Amino acid sequence: MIRYVRRRLLTVIPVFFGITLFVFCFLSLAPGTIADLMGESGSISYADQAALEERLGLNDPLPVRYVEWLWDLFHGDLGESWQTGRPVSESIAQRVGPSLILTGTGVALAILLAIPLGVLAAWRPRSAWDKLSSACSMVSFGVPGFLLSLVLVYVFSLTLGLLPSSRMYTTGSSGSLWDLLRHLILPASVVCLSNLGELVKQTRAACLETMGEDYIRTAWAKGLRGRAVLLRHVLRGSLIPILTTVLTHIPHIIGGSVVVERLFGWPGMGSLMFTAILSRDYALVMGVTVVIALTVFATNLLLDLVYGLADPRVRQGRYGR
Amino acid sequence: MRARQGGGGPWARFRKDRRAMAGLCFLALEVLLVVLLPPLLGLEPNVTDRAAGFWAAPSRAHWLGTDDVGRDLFARLICGGRISLLVGFAAAGISVALGVPLGLLAGYRRGGWEYGIMRCADVFQSFPTTVLVLCLVALVGSSVWNIILVIGVLGWTSIARLVYANTLSVAEQEYILAVKALGGSTATILRRNVLPNVISPVWAALAQRVGRAILSESSLSFLGMGIRTPQASWGNIVQYATNVTVFADRPWVWVPPSLCIVATVFALLFVGDGLRDAMDPKYIPAAGPEEDRAVYRDTPEEIRHIIRGR
Repeated sequence: MIRYVRRRLLTVIPVFFGITLFVFCFLSLAPGTIADLMGESGSISYADQAALEERLGLNDPLPVRYVEWLWDLFHGDLGESWQTGRPVSESIAQRVGPSLILTGTGVALAILLAIPLGVLAAWRPRSAWDKLSSACSMVSFGVPGFLLSLVLVYVFSLTLGLLPSSRMYTTGSSGSLWDLLRHLILPASVVCLSNLGELVKQTRAACLETMGEDYIRTAWAKGLRGRAVLLRHVLRGSLIPILTTVLTHIPHIIGGSVVVERLFGWPGMGSLMFTAILSRDYALVMGVTVVIALTVFATNLLLDLVYGLADPRVRQGRYGR
Repeated sequence: MRARQGGGGPWARFRKDRRAMAGLCFLALEVLLVVLLPPLLGLEPNVTDRAAGFWAAPSRAHWLGTDDVGRDLFARLICGGRISLLVGFAAAGISVALGVPLGLLAGYRRGGWEYGIMRCADVFQSFPTTVLVLCLVALVGSSVWNIILVIGVLGWTSIARLVYANTLSVAEQEYILAVKALGGSTATILRRNVLPNVISPVWAALAQRVGRAILSESSLSFLGMGIRTPQASWGNIVQYATNVTVFADRPWVWVPPSLCIVATVFALLFVGDGLRDAMDPKYIPAAGPEEDRAVYRDTPEEIRHIIRGR
């Protein structure tokens, strides 16, 4: 186990530097600096522009700037936004909550729906459940998030007038839980629908595999009733692969809801990122990107370690996912 | 067992798959329409019709009405289809052209190559695709070829992982050892012995990547960061729906391009599934007809059915 952990941790170092270097190059290659931006708007003179560049260290060679940026990153300092001058980490901290509420609800819903659906689809191949589950996969693979959102808004907000179609709270309200929930329903359903397909598909595959095992035949042979076989043997046997799928799926969702947040005006990381790109606020873009990427990376690593802990086969086999 | 049941080669099996054939026909028809209609009907997507005015309703002259500056929306839909399909196929082509050689190298050479390439894939996969595409397109500018390049290059990881996993198992077969013993060079072995054995799942993945690329492009254009307006694409026509009056009162503006996107992606999914089943005789189809009986024949559930049937 220690050898496995050590081997896995060794892969962390190059990937960490890869991620940070990638994001850093992105900023450095971006056309224009904050000084140019302020110079263009005429708010500072040419001399001030040069002084600002010097003060921000923009004249240093790239490797030096990379090391300095990394040093600050380790201390939780992501720099300051070029537009507002506020610390980037502060803006991110403010937006993490809403993002987690939205994606958390969406994904939880997807999991709650996907597991029973996938299990039933595997249990009764070619039944109505199976057809429903493949329809779900088709919709979530084939219909882009923005179209799902448009359709839902058209039906529930415009035609039926039941639900609000933007923002997190009604403007001017005190922000009660009920208000939040009403605003949450539509975007969370979009997040849920776009992730449902993959989860259903994987659950179904895991269950089908379990159903081919010998111990399921034994369970039938000793005369268990269908429900007992399903709940006590099939479901239990496929629980670990299902959980793995669910967990490995979560990182994709962390930063993946840019479109939904943008469309519904949800004040999360996605819309922060989007406005930052639009206003060419590269410091903010860089901060958000690196935070998202490192979170995804850390989650993956944690999953691998937990998985290795639970399953000795993972530890021994050559690692090659 | 299925190989015998299917009979013939992969193409014969593919032809029997009705959904996949329908998807293929739809795609072929779509490509034909998109290529041939503009010259045949003399469609001009960028000409403003002053007589019809802005936001005209569908009429004989303008089948889908006009947009905010009086351009014919039907012409824009067809020409947008050109761009969207071009982005989809070209980007998927780039992903495969990058992913297959890298996957082969990583799986066959092992050691340093494997480590380098797979860690690189780890780096790429740590970024959510939408975020990375947005950033890179903002950086390099949003011309059609830039978008193709960004979406294509970012798609290499899934293809490379697929090829890598298959190469690992093929590389350990005895026939590879035999070719090595006969003095075959690495390039020859990879091209003539490994590649044909790992390529079949790539065809299915290719169809899927085309679909993904079309979705990426349309999301990007919908957000206003992709194909910009003098040029049309399905995504940026749907973007008009962000305007509330268009969204509520003029569905003919944004519904047709949305349907085009969904239909194309569905067709690609069907073709991809068909290719996967046709290429891989061992694969068990999802909800196909008779074939998957073989797998469940042993389970008591089926036996009970048979007994009850008697």
